[in-house]
Amino acid sequence: MSIQVAPVTGRKSHGGAVLTALAWIVGILFVLPVLWMLLTSFHSEEDAAKNPPDLAAPLTLDGYRAFFDTGPWPSILNSLTASLLSTALVILLAFPAAYALSIRPVKKWSDVLFFFLSTKMLPVVAGLLPIYLFAQSVSFLDNVWLLIILYTSMNLPIAVWMLRSFLSEVPVEILEEASVDGASLTRTLRSVVAPVVTPGIASAALICFIFSWNELLFARVLTGTVAQTAPVFLTGFVTSQGLFLAKVCAASLVVSLPVLIAGFAAQDKLVQGLSLGAVK
Amino acid sequence: MTVDTEVRPGRATAPSGAEGTMMRKAGDWARRAPLMPALVFMIIVTQLPFLVTLVVSFMDWNAYYPDERGFAGVDNFRRVLTDANTRHAIWVTIVLTAGVVLISLLIGLAAALLLDRKFRGRGVVRTMMITPFLVVPVAAALLWKHALYNPTYGLFNGVLKWIFGENAPQPDWISNQPLWSIIFALVWQWTPFMMLILLAGLQGRPLDVIEAARIDGANGWQIFRSMTLPHLRQYLELSALLGSIYVVQNFDAVFTITSGGLGTANLPYTIYQIFYTAHDYGRASAAGVIVVIGTIIIATLALRSVSTLFREETGR
Repeated sequence: MSIQVAPVTGRKSHGGAVLTALAWIVGILFVLPVLWMLLTSFHSEEDAAKNPPDLAAPLTLDGYRAFFDTGPWPSILNSLTASLLSTALVILLAFPAAYALSIRPVKKWSDVLFFFLSTKMLPVVAGLLPIYLFAQSVSFLDNVWLLIILYTSMNLPIAVWMLRSFLSEVPVEILEEASVDGASLTRTLRSVVAPVVTPGIASAALICFIFSWNELLFARVLTGTVAQTAPVFLTGFVTSQGLFLAKVCAASLVVSLPVLIAGFAAQDKLVQGLSLGAVK
Repeated sequence: MTVDTEVRPGRATAPSGAEGTMMRKAGDWARRAPLMPALVFMIIVTQLPFLVTLVVSFMDWNAYYPDERGFAGVDNFRRVLTDANTRHAIWVTIVLTAGVVLISLLIGLAAALLLDRKFRGRGVVRTMMITPFLVVPVAAALLWKHALYNPTYGLFNGVLKWIFGENAPQPDWISNQPLWSIIFALVWQWTPFMMLILLAGLQGRPLDVIEAARIDGANGWQIFRSMTLPHLRQYLELSALLGSIYVVQNFDAVFTITSGGLGTANLPYTIYQIFYTAHDYGRASAAGVIVVIGTIIIATLALRSVSTLFREETGR
């Protein structure tokens, strides 16, 4: 690119500065609401309700204190339990399935793959009623295990698609060598396949964790006081408060924190997960 | 879904030669065994409930009148489809899904193109861009409703006062434009999703070909139209399809921002209400079946319209 004629390069770098500035502006616009939420969460309720807003208002932890005083911990723990256990269950079920759809594929493996995807198109609300009635009849309502099972079904197709796309990158030669050595299926999986697909498992786990943590509809309809999750707690928290902007911002940030941390820490994994492994 | 689904020849071939039918059958089952737990789990947890929904959709069943349970034929469907509220909900669902997916796809494409260059702080800008996607949807909806849209202390009206002083207009954003308020809050959350997939697509472009075209005198727009867009096509389709699947089911934003009021109730919210408030199980199920059919149509249409758009582009 450096061999190009001078005027072209000059125009290019000028345009480049504009594009860079534009990129920064777009980025800042998108993050601004979150920064605003962060700032407001550290203001007192009186300052948070000011119009025009007072950017230099004194900072306080009152919003956070008020939020934690209402006892959010059981719901946060429920969210953690439901998200982590369902993610573990998803990986346990998805990994062998992905193996049977890529490395030693069953007949019509692509039909099976699209069956998994089609379950994602089945709207959650369409299955809600039978699940509710069933859970009611066996006294399974307001139980975190019900959410774990449902979140597993919600995320299993995503994980199967992703892990399959990673597993199909495993070179067949290595596998064949391993079987010539007399290595058993489990040993092949553990020593040959697993190292290649660990990044895939990590992305699948990340995306499953995020989707389970975010889920509201199932949690709202199927849980009550015992098994309610953090998002449900958040919806109830709002209706019970008077002057509340700072508290709501603090609560929203606390509830979003696990997802924000996980997502920032594994940005590249996020892309792989969101595209079902199609993009690496 | 055209990305990376090609059949890999050689892998699926069954072992040939001396093995008898018995052996092959045993081999088939050995292959199927690892798949079975996931498949059975999915059929029980997702297909069975839907079958029940399908059955209930033809039944007269309201939890408030348990004695009147019976077969209703297509009555529920007729009631759902002739009810002005559900008809409006169908329309809202279409506008909401199409609006969110198209707008966030466009902004996401622009953002991806901006981020596909090397510049100082590119990583920081990318991180800022994806932040909205990492806010829990309920929290994001609360943020937009209370901290941004609120007419008395929201940031939008605060900014208007900063710019125009005390006599600045102070619109009630949600009451004036309820559906667009929801759409913009969702666009904010879904643009990063589109951007991430499209950016990854851009970075998989064959750069040497583009460099050659540039040396041959092609300008930026020509390169974009005839090389970048065709290459991006499958990524645009993928992000539109996945985005539609998620947005058509949106419940959190409608529930939080307007509680389905002001004519913003989409189908998922309406079904939630018929089921949760009215306890009319038959009608809720019929609406659920309609949503399933609608989702399939929207997903297919989204895929097709994007495809034809590009076939026209390249055909010109």
